[in-house]
Amino acid sequence: MATALALIFSEAPAKLLSLTFIDVLILVLYFVMILGIGFYLKSYTTTSEDFFMAGRSMTAWVAGLSFLAANLGSLELMGWAAAAYQYGILATHWYWIGAIPAMLFLGIVMMPFYYISKTHSVPGYLKLRYGEPARVLSAVTFGVMTVMMSGINIYSMALVMKAILGWNINYSIWISSLTVAAYVVLGGLRSAIFNEVLQFVLIWLGAMLIPIIGLVETGGWSGMVARIHQNFPNGNYTHLWSTLGHFSDNPMGVHWTGIVLGLGFVISFGYWTTDFLVVQRVLTARDLRSAKMAPIIGASFKMIVPFIVILPGLLGLAIFSGDHRLVGESQAVASGMHSYNEVLPLMLARYCGPGLLGLGITALLAGFMSGMAGNVSAFATVWTYDIYRPLFRKSAPDSHYLSMGRWCTILGVLISIGTAYFVMQFLSIMDYVQALFSFFIAPLFGTVILGMLWKRTTSAGGFWGLLAGTLSSVGMWLWVKIDPHALTYIALSPKARDMAENMYRGLWSWIICVAVTVVISLMTTPKPASELNGLVYGCTEIPSEGHLSLYQRPIFWATIVAIIFVILNIVFW
Amino acid sequence: MHAKDERISIWFFIGMLVFAYGIVITAAGIYEIFVPPAHPVVLASLHAGVWWGAVMLILGGFYLYRFSPKKEK
Repeated sequence: MATALALIFSEAPAKLLSLTFIDVLILVLYFVMILGIGFYLKSYTTTSEDFFMAGRSMTAWVAGLSFLAANLGSLELMGWAAAAYQYGILATHWYWIGAIPAMLFLGIVMMPFYYISKTHSVPGYLKLRYGEPARVLSAVTFGVMTVMMSGINIYSMALVMKAILGWNINYSIWISSLTVAAYVVLGGLRSAIFNEVLQFVLIWLGAMLIPIIGLVETGGWSGMVARIHQNFPNGNYTHLWSTLGHFSDNPMGVHWTGIVLGLGFVISFGYWTTDFLVVQRVLTARDLRSAKMAPIIGASFKMIVPFIVILPGLLGLAIFSGDHRLVGESQAVASGMHSYNEVLPLMLARYCGPGLLGLGITALLAGFMSGMAGNVSAFATVWTYDIYRPLFRKSAPDSHYLSMGRWCTILGVLISIGTAYFVMQFLSIMDYVQALFSFFIAPLFGTVILGMLWKRTTSAGGFWGLLAGTLSSVGMWLWVKIDPHALTYIALSPKARDMAENMYRGLWSWIICVAVTVVISLMTTPKPASELNGLVYGCTEIPSEGHLSLYQRPIFWATIVAIIFVILNIVFW
Repeated sequence: MHAKDERISIWFFIGMLVFAYGIVITAAGIYEIFVPPAHPVVLASLHAGVWWGAVMLILGGFYLYRFSPKKEK
């Protein structure tokens, strides 16, 4: 998604919007507030536990909103609005089946093991369950990919700001990155989380007006759907499931098995339950109940994010028609028309006057910063706890690790900035880095879930399964690159698009990881049950919730969210 | 009570910023009623700045009051 945005905005001829004094004032107030929070929290960050884990003192609401905000970057907002214009309501699958079941599973099934084991990170859990090799493999790949992804996002964001507002790319890169570095270095994860919650509120306040006024203009939901059918009589953009019976029946070129098994199971569960960038936020909860509730609260808000992300894209389909329709990247560059990647800024310009426009731009910046803060704080934790401490300095005073955390936050930001400039020179590298990131997610989920739920899994099985799953994912990706015909075997159809290919590749690599882990585990000796206490189902005593009233129990709220999730899918079938 | 327990709630900070935004956006919206811009946005007649700013004022004011450090103590 970032690649597509970067490609189109790098060719954009002129800025789309102009800010007034009021808009600039809104932006300045935002920067003053987030830096002020960083300075305020500095005095409360005196130990490594404060810096890396926010003192494990967050309420369920703060941890839950931060869990969601770390994922809700500005490229996410613009990218998925663009995807909704391109693919219609199908893009909603990434917010519903591609997130909600996994988030509820994390809260109800997996969180007790992460929390009771008192691990600092997902690689830390792998160390406790499988030993050092699995931890180092996971930590190194996560650390490298996290700062590189952060760099790509910085560069893409700077390009977007240049195209929308005419801002200088260098200023955008340095000012936004150094601001994030300042407040994370000062207050650590607590500062990152506080700002993420603030940014989450701003994203909603800044983006919510577009769908509200857009629905007024188009005559409500039914009016919008009627206009879409009128503008695109041959396309089906308003049904979630009914067009997924065959690859060629929908604009995404995907089959329902890919959505359910690839996206809804492997990719989604891999990301939401094992990507430390998001899981770290939940680990800061002050008790187990809060840790279980946080993903459930996140899931309830995730369900309504399509209102501010997907609906603007659909409104674009209803409003921008004929000569004003939005087109693909290459056509936009050649013809001077607007690309569908610009749908969100175009809607901002259409409905938002002075002040509101500044608020919308602040929402985009807030999204970018919350995503970047998530990346650098997760990088600092994994580097310090899972690479530096076990490999370089096993025992040192707590103040040493606190200092290391601050320095490697700065280092992480500088590497990200360096990556941003590197990408500026070699734009195609973005495709490769994003593909690399996807290689680790699906197999890691196989390794973690087997480790948590099957006590027979052994250290050797976990490590070799993870390695085999990752290498097979790389192999499949290379195969399609070298021979595009291989798409028929990997994604089951030569018509499959990139997204469909990612889903099926994730599914196969997960199956390979699980198969290798099971076979090697059955051939090797497992750990005794006494060593698995707090780590594995069946060997861990989960605290009873019998003393809680029904509405205080996480399972009650998870059930409510699951029921609403099912109803929404049926309504938009 | 330990110093660490005397933190100001994040919701108070959010209230401060949202309230300030409410003032600025409402004022800009009211100004636009009396001095309409040369190139108004689509559906400018809805005066979104005024009511959206008012919503932010109320929301920010509520959070400021509810999570005020004095009230929390």
